[in-house]
Amino acid sequence: MEGCLQALTGYHSCVFITAADRRHNSFTESMSGKTLYDKLWDDHVVFTENDGSSLLYIDRHLVHEVTSPQAFEGLRLSGRKPWRRSRNLAVADHNVPTTNREAGIADPVSRLQVETLEKNCREFGITEFAMNDKRQGIIHVIGPEQGATLPGMTIVCGDSHTSTHGASGALAFGIGTSEVEHVLATQCLVQKKSKNMQVLVRGTAAPGITAKDIVLAIIGTIGTAGGNGYTIEFAGEAIQALSMEGRMTVCNMAIEAGARAGLIAVDDVTIDYYRGRPFSPRGDLWDMAESYWRQLHSDADALFDKVVEIDAAGIKPQVTWGTSPELVVSVDDVIPDPEQEQDPVKKQSMINALAYMDLEVGQPITGIQLDKVFIGSCTNSRIEDLRAAAEVARRGKVASNIKLAMVVPGSGLIKEQAEQEGLDRIFVEAGFEWRDPGCSMCLAMNADRLEPGERCASTSNRNFEGRQGYGGRTHLVSPAMAAAAAITGHFVDATKLGE
Amino acid sequence: MKAFEKITALVAPLDRANVDTDAIIPKQFLKSIRRTGFGPFLFDEWRYLDRGEPEMDCTNRPLNEDFILNKPAYKNARILLTRENFGCGSSREHAPWALEDYGFRVIIASSFADIFYNNCFKNGLLPIVLDAETVDSLFQEVTEGYQLTVDLQEQTITTPSGRVIHFDIEPTRKYRLLNGLDDIDLSLQHSDKIRAYEQERAKRAPWLFVDQEQET
Ligand code: SF4
Repeated sequence: MEGCLQALTGYHSCVFITAADRRHNSFTESMSGKTLYDKLWDDHVVFTENDGSSLLYIDRHLVHEVTSPQAFEGLRLSGRKPWRRSRNLAVADHNVPTTNREAGIADPVSRLQVETLEKNCREFGITEFAMNDKRQGIIHVIGPEQGATLPGMTIVCGDSHTSTHGASGALAFGIGTSEVEHVLATQCLVQKKSKNMQVLVRGTAAPGITAKDIVLAIIGTIGTAGGNGYTIEFAGEAIQALSMEGRMTVCNMAIEAGARAGLIAVDDVTIDYYRGRPFSPRGDLWDMAESYWRQLHSDADALFDKVVEIDAAGIKPQVTWGTSPELVVSVDDVIPDPEQEQDPVKKQSMINALAYMDLEVGQPITGIQLDKVFIGSCTNSRIEDLRAAAEVARRGKVASNIKLAMVVPGSGLIKEQAEQEGLDRIFVEAGFEWRDPGCSMCLAMNADRLEPGERCASTSNRNFEGRQGYGGRTHLVSPAMAAAAAITGHFVDATKLGE
Repeated sequence: MKAFEKITALVAPLDRANVDTDAIIPKQFLKSIRRTGFGPFLFDEWRYLDRGEPEMDCTNRPLNEDFILNKPAYKNARILLTRENFGCGSSREHAPWALEDYGFRVIIASSFADIFYNNCFKNGLLPIVLDAETVDSLFQEVTEGYQLTVDLQEQTITTPSGRVIHFDIEPTRKYRLLNGLDDIDLSLQHSDKIRAYEQERAKRAPWLFVDQEQET
């Protein structure tokens, strides 16, 4: 409403102007409080140059096999040592096989990357969880699971989905290989501060609506470039109602909304999650940490450069139909018509996506037949995700048109817990394959992949062309939706299954 | 990182616009675990008649004799002369790694893609932007044995006929290249500040520093 008023009075066009933006005009900077991002940033600045770039201290550096070898080689070539060894934690996840691990890695290129990580960690004294260690898993899953990534930290990794860790009130973002070397050598990064955006998901989501549906709906609203230049804080009742697992799913996909980092304020859910984790502080140190962490929320009078509000009650199970996460609709919708799109660039990308995905305008989502189902990835491979999928899987058998339905837990510990809860038996009895932890078919760097033309319901985060294998077609969904697709052979509303 | 001194070197003319990073170093080489050794695969698809694979021995591969770098006269070129928007496409840092590993120290073009331009400075390469007419005039002059003298301190290029061409460069980038400092060197110049920060932070957040003793 306000935005349209502004447009009428001739200022600028009508974009996401909300009550919070108006408040921005009526307070002066000095009177206002800080956002969560402001607090985290200010706490980690070593110093700021005249040009506005800052040397930012990094508390935790996560390392995986794909983006680190050249950084270690750079260290070696220049005769440098890690600044603070114990702030690094490494694991191989992208290239590891999800079956028959004892036999090692068949692909020589993958094997060399994994072996190189081991060698580098040994040489530089960095802790690494080996492939057959129970603690091994996807780097963004094991960080929080171990308490290696904690609230209030700055966390980086040579991987764009580092945004995941923002769910615990930490500033976490992906970096390039030169920056990996920079962090190893200096424990710092040269950074410029981004702008503040708040995404407020108001109200209560309907039963069965998951974090994945919420974040896909957010991306559908603001677009994949919507968060460019911002750090997004997710807030509102529907976000607070999520478990830590769900919050990680939301922040994981902040990067898909164009923001390098996503954040969620610390509350009881956060504190309870971190109590007693292997790397979490103990005793007096825990008490100190807790009282600091409890300040990690935006002040009531904090100012955001942009605020977007979304009504949780309106969110239905989401399914992406195109080759960008913003090309998303509700399960009871039909494939949209590019002719209805005003923006010529977006219209063209819709036309391209329709061709690549082999879909027709007006085709109902529930009519889309699938070939494979993938439940896993750093978006949705935590225990809660597996429980939700198993809850659906127990009601049927994998449909005959599904060539492969696989469940890949995010870590060895999650796998173990799921087995204790009997989830593995539910999956196997229904016809799913129960695999070892890793990135797997999220990006098909190991042997798990789609063949050309195959269509997959996937709980991962990217549906780009060829992402899950050359010529493969990916639909992003929640774990329950993926499991429902597996047992029916096509998309169905998982919240209504069995009605 | 190697300091950039004044150099006088052979020039190789690559008369193309929009040379993208996939042409500079094709994607199959991104699987490598090294940042050195990309030189033999620089411009792989243009340079060889077969398809290059990582770790391959390039000594006996069939060469595309028409490609400029394969002509004996340009064999030891250290300066690459090219056209606008050099280094566009994917952000892979392997592109400057390959150019540097091959032996190039200077690239002259009428414009560069942003990320590539930045990555050059991180890897000891000097990208020089000249206006299109000047670039054109150099392309007219360049023949076998044509050398240019590039003086970073003076910000000049001198041609064999004695023509002096001035170029612009940001002072901080110039300082870094002249002194062979990379981003890490520059940050490490502030080691005292980083340590002071750690000490102060350890008081506020001691749980992050419990292992401090083992490290120092
Ligand atoms: S699971 Fe997928 S998105 Fe996550 S780190 Fe692995 S490859 Fe990247």
